[in-house]
Amino acid sequence: MGIVSPGFQGRPRSQEPALPPGQYLTEDFPVLSAGPTPRVSLDTWEFVITAENGNEFRWSWQELMALPQETPTVDIHCVTHWSKLGTTWHGVSLDTLLDGVDTGAHFALAHSYGGYTTNLPLDDLRGGRAWVAHTFDGAPLPAEHGGPARLLVPHLYFWKSAKWVRGIRLKTMDEPGFWETAGYHDYGDPWREQRYQGD
Amino acid sequence: MATGTPARTPIRWQVGRLVERRVETPTAQTLVLEVPDWSGHLPGQHVDLRLTAPDGYQAARSYSIAGPVVDGPGGPRIEVTVQRVHDGEVSPYLIDVLGEGDPVEVRGPLGGWFIWRPEETAPVQLVAGGSGIVPLMAMIRARRATGSRVPFRLIYSVRTPTDVIYADELRRRVRDDFGLDVAYVYTREAPEGWRGDPHRIGLADVNTHGWPPDLQPLTYVCGPTAFVETVADLLVAMGHPSRQVKTERFGPTG
Repeated sequence: MGIVSPGFQGRPRSQEPALPPGQYLTEDFPVLSAGPTPRVSLDTWEFVITAENGNEFRWSWQELMALPQETPTVDIHCVTHWSKLGTTWHGVSLDTLLDGVDTGAHFALAHSYGGYTTNLPLDDLRGGRAWVAHTFDGAPLPAEHGGPARLLVPHLYFWKSAKWVRGIRLKTMDEPGFWETAGYHDYGDPWREQRYQGD
Repeated sequence: MATGTPARTPIRWQVGRLVERRVETPTAQTLVLEVPDWSGHLPGQHVDLRLTAPDGYQAARSYSIAGPVVDGPGGPRIEVTVQRVHDGEVSPYLIDVLGEGDPVEVRGPLGGWFIWRPEETAPVQLVAGGSGIVPLMAMIRARRATGSRVPFRLIYSVRTPTDVIYADELRRRVRDDFGLDVAYVYTREAPEGWRGDPHRIGLADVNTHGWPPDLQPLTYVCGPTAFVETVADLLVAMGHPSRQVKTERFGPTG
């Protein structure tokens, strides 16, 4: 426990659902990005998984839509301290996309239209815990929230859920992405409050 | 010692103390915090402030640092400017309750992207919406403090003249800091004698008061999400490369 702040009570706690440490609940959907929002046409959109041996597995928008779709309802946690509970998405599980990709890699580097990157262990993209999501709350995902499609990995801080995702490179060595290079944590577990390098 | 390069060592919580507060507008105040082990920061970086209730409950929020570190008698001081968020949990406490000498936990500096390095030579354009001025003011203050001669242009969108944070200082700096231009956009109510009607920021404002793309400026945009989206889209449409446009957006964050 930190130093008590004289006169600070905080919001009433009784009805607060369990949140990771240092998080607060929001009903809004704040936006955090480092630059202008890229606009990506569905005609040219593609998603590519690149294995460590250079083999590529590509899906057009139509091909992605033809895959089995899931409807996860999940809690999301942003490193800027807000959490949003019970968000509902539509998308394709990474289990489906990685099925048939022959790899011995342990790490993944997601990359996006606009140049954003973020790294995660490949295992965290498996086991029904990660999706390429294209619909939020029943409507096409707005561009400022990462549309046409973003990665959704809700068990990690939300910067790992790369907006405008274009592909995933599978790696034998971990390679820090955009925010990770700027001092944010390589893994980013909100329940262990892994916000910054060294946490 | 300025940081801003990737911090591979842990950034620890430390105890800061309020040593001074300044009223900036009816809804914004600057808090001067003495932080004895402060390691230095770059303009544009932010801190997390954390409050703890008697039962151990904690609430933390991020605030932009408003200017260079200041040497005080008790050690280094940093300044943050806090905008009151209606129904907020942390900002009303910082503005109404936190007293001089009271402790507040501080973690930082944080953020290694939305920063301006005084050794940069490209012209700079800053576009602020509301309290988005804070990290941009840190850049304006650092420019003067380091003797940089890089030309700066600031476009500052506010609701009304009374919402202008740092109003007197900006007036003074336009006069004294050679190479700094400031243009205002008023969205609700313009001052007496202002030419034109209140309006939301648009292409004409950015085109008239910003730098053209062929000067290859560095651009920093900070404000509420809708404001940043609008301005960043305009800049890209005008031909500024996305990579030269750095943004920081905030929604209501209490």
